[in-house]
Amino acid sequence: MAHIPDGVLSLPVLAVGGAVSVVGVGLGLRGLDPTRTPRVAVLSAVLFVASLVHFPAGLASVHLLLNGLAGIILGWAAFPALLVALLLQAVLFGFGGLAVLGVNTMDMAVPALLAASLFRLGWNQGAPRRAALLGGACAAGSVLLTAVMVAAVMALSGREFETAAKLVVATHLPVAGIEAVFTAAVVSLLARVKPDMLARPT
Amino acid sequence: MSVIPAARARGSALDAARAGEGRALVARLDPRSRVLLAVAFTGAVVLAESLSALSIALGVAIGLALLARLPWRLTLRRLLALEGFMLVVLALLPFTVPGRILAEPLGFGLSAEGLRQAAQIALRANAVAVALAALLGSLEVVALGRALARLGAPSRLVHLFLFTVRYIGVLEQEYGRLRLAMRARAFRPGPGLHCWTSLGHLFGMLLVRSLERAERIDAAMRCRGFTGRFHLLDDHGPERPGALDLGVGAASTAALLLVVGLGL
Repeated sequence: MAHIPDGVLSLPVLAVGGAVSVVGVGLGLRGLDPTRTPRVAVLSAVLFVASLVHFPAGLASVHLLLNGLAGIILGWAAFPALLVALLLQAVLFGFGGLAVLGVNTMDMAVPALLAASLFRLGWNQGAPRRAALLGGACAAGSVLLTAVMVAAVMALSGREFETAAKLVVATHLPVAGIEAVFTAAVVSLLARVKPDMLARPT
Repeated sequence: MSVIPAARARGSALDAARAGEGRALVARLDPRSRVLLAVAFTGAVVLAESLSALSIALGVAIGLALLARLPWRLTLRRLLALEGFMLVVLALLPFTVPGRILAEPLGFGLSAEGLRQAAQIALRANAVAVALAALLGSLEVVALGRALARLGAPSRLVHLFLFTVRYIGVLEQEYGRLRLAMRARAFRPGPGLHCWTSLGHLFGMLLVRSLERAERIDAAMRCRGFTGRFHLLDDHGPERPGALDLGVGAASTAALLLVVGLGL
């Protein structure tokens, strides 16, 4: 999914991805109050576990990205949270690599941030239905944007990857649908049970 | 739903790492040396262009895996998962790269340059994956966090890393409990809106519970005077690198120079 292995991307792409992620993680960490660390870590662990839970979807089974959800709950802290989750996946399971860590983090976290700002624009406290709809839309959007970014970094690394890049986007379409329903359920539950989780984290 | 077998696989990976501690050569290396070695190795592999250099890299990685005494079956399974993603990219490359045509099965040209590039990618990805598994995968995750801290990673990032490692275990327990409760109510996963919504509620509840737990932990930690500095408990001041670390460092530096000398 968003785990591009080492060796596929070209050096300039790796460098740009690394730079974007360093800046993003830096900003995310600066805004991260040390006492809020446990909360961010919970989300980071959820992101890690999410890639282990496989959903039945017709013939194939897919796993979720949940970067939209991470963005909605964490805001800028999504950057370090995603970095940690991806690092753990690379080290423990060999999903993704070391040099591409920056690019993979960027592909997941930039859509997460966009989803976050979109959600904040459209939602204010106490409207679970609206939260569910918005959350679902943000989730689907960020999965698709991640797929497009993965495809883009592959296409930028060489024209010959274009076919594979199109395949990546195509396989993410069902993921986006499932993730929209899933995130809508999560967000509507949170809006009812614990709305302060969705409120602007400071 | 396969989180449980996956969790079991990881459990056995951690157990294997502990069993190997103090035995294998790689396990005797300082965690910091292992992190640095992994980074240097990845850098060299990503920079290297020629197929012979990449073959040597894969050989070195397999050598490291042998030295780390990685369990074979688990390592192969990890590589298979990686190959699953790669297969699409690799199988397409010989047909999409323009170049000298070697054969034309079904009217699609199979180019030599494409084959070469596919081989390059396959070698790179596998070399890095095997080396990562050997150097870092066999390391206990908490030790990896400490090593990162001592190598100068931002302390907040290291906290986040260590807390995440802890919460993965917590989440798995909670997840198992909630899934059991759902099974007791005859829930069976199958494609469809109902399943996805139910799992969404499951994860939402998981988040709420874990978060409340995190808040309790936060309160307890503040009660004990936590101000944002996390003390690394086994920190007797950074130990000096041992002869083994220096030896491995010298050997890998020499190898890197050789690679650069041979023109990557």
